[in-house]
Amino acid sequence: MCTLEKLDGLFIVTITGNDEHRLNPILIDSIRAALHRAKIESESMGPTALITTGHGKFFSNGYDLSWALSDPDPGQAQAQTRPKLMSKKLRCLVSDLTSLPMPTIAAVTGHASAAGFVLALSHDYIVMRKDRGFLYMSELDIRLKISSWFVQIVKSKIASPKVWREVILKASKINAEMAVEWGIVDSAHDSAEETVEAASRLGMELVKRNWDGKVYAENRKTLFVDVMAALSSDETVGDTDCNDSHKAVSKLGEGFQRRTLRGVKSKSWKTGKREIKKLMGKIEDNDGMEFDKKEKVEIGEKQPGRRGRKRKSKKGKGKFG
Amino acid sequence: MEGDMCTLEKRDGLFIITITGNDEHRLNPILIDSIRAALRRAKIESESMGPTALITTAHGKFFSNGYDLSWAASDPNPVQAQAQVRPKLMSKKFRCLVSDLISLPMPTIAAVTGHASAAGFVLALSHDYIVMRNDRGFLYMSELDIRMKIPSWFVQTVRSKIASPKVWREVVLKAAKITASMGVEWGIVDSAHDSAEETVEAAARLGMELVKRNWDGKAYAENRKTVFADVMAALSSDETVGSYGDTDFNDGIGVGAISRL
Repeated sequence: MCTLEKLDGLFIVTITGNDEHRLNPILIDSIRAALHRAKIESESMGPTALITTGHGKFFSNGYDLSWALSDPDPGQAQAQTRPKLMSKKLRCLVSDLTSLPMPTIAAVTGHASAAGFVLALSHDYIVMRKDRGFLYMSELDIRLKISSWFVQIVKSKIASPKVWREVILKASKINAEMAVEWGIVDSAHDSAEETVEAASRLGMELVKRNWDGKVYAENRKTLFVDVMAALSSDETVGDTDCNDSHKAVSKLGEGFQRRTLRGVKSKSWKTGKREIKKLMGKIEDNDGMEFDKKEKVEIGEKQPGRRGRKRKSKKGKGKFG
Repeated sequence: MEGDMCTLEKRDGLFIITITGNDEHRLNPILIDSIRAALRRAKIESESMGPTALITTAHGKFFSNGYDLSWAASDPNPVQAQAQVRPKLMSKKFRCLVSDLISLPMPTIAAVTGHASAAGFVLALSHDYIVMRNDRGFLYMSELDIRMKIPSWFVQTVRSKIASPKVWREVVLKAAKITASMGVEWGIVDSAHDSAEETVEAAARLGMELVKRNWDGKAYAENRKTVFADVMAALSSDETVGSYGDTDFNDGIGVGAISRL
């Protein structure tokens, strides 16, 4: 479903086929595998960059909604198993992109709608063909609730609230030139080939800066810490505890994690500590919670059977690191 | 005390802090303490004055070239070096300085007359206004180029003062060297001027305009802290030196924290 090539020292992930490149688990896994390979290869290379592009009429037309809604098992369908899986995998993909130890460029050579638009936005740079194709946050038009993490990405990549409105509350179909004007896309080009060439030229410029890939990734994660935190959950599929994507936030300032946890309640931070540990996997203790005293952090229902468990004060010790 | 590394003058009812000397004005504990002492004096004097404003500027080629990394990396005591005592101290003091600026009961103007890199860029950004000379010098978030992790609180300051994510990217993920006119175009700098003297004059003119508004300094400070509450919160920790909300910051960054340093 996608190929990984190396061209002039740059990685190029190409989503193949002439279909809509719908983001179902198979395609998402395929892209993630390519990113993983690029990451590993880059460790024995000098500075590099990654370009993501697509063949055909579509960059990506979004989630594979028909797959998501056609679970033959009625119990799973009721429990939204497929939507949850698709959402979780896409969030992991976005986390991978945000953690990738090299600059990333989306060469948008076809339509990018909804999750496809978000995929493009999850790159450091976007170059786009202007003769064909648009960016389109289609949710409103297809009567779907847009997820909070999608919005977080839009807001963290686009400056103007007026443009947020055009994107989300007007479902504008945005061609490359509009996108450049609105600060969404970096440059517009006359054809698919020229777009990919422009992406390569940009990639080469960035490579010349001779950055350390790991430092680049750390600084990118710091810049987009709010996005990383938002990846922990997707309320539109009822997912508020994602064990897979918690890795996305585990290395960041835990204060941010705690501020964005949703949907669970507790009386105090201390009683909720074990709940957080359960929900999010390993978390290092963070004295930064001191400054959160004024905010009531909603964390976890007290589980039965927790009485009598020894709870030591764990500032900087023990399992919490 | 502040005479060592910076001077505090009063001119036409405005306070001017000048970082002296022809060196890089690296932000080590001595310079930071010196600036903080000057801010404290200005604050106390302003209590028996009418409305005023503060201008921060510098002599020579540099506004400030950032943290004193060589001082931080050269602790003769190996145990302290391992525990990052010097980086922690420098970070904590600098965060207190930024807190002092955000809490200062008068408008603040950075007159950037030389290069401002990394922590020096953050120092400039921690003022309400930035005026800058156009003929020389640039703003530069150098961390990526020197292979250093940028602290989250630096990023918070950048994001809270600059509107466009494209510019955040240029600053943080491209380490762009930003001249005054680029700074104006990108919404980082308020105005660009032809020389160091003109820059300081422009800062003085701006200061006088703000004084004419006859604001109450304390209300101004409270409102500024409210606007930049996210920056104030970010000042509690610096993960790049392993500081996660030290006990000094228990009661928020304020007099209590300052008195312990």
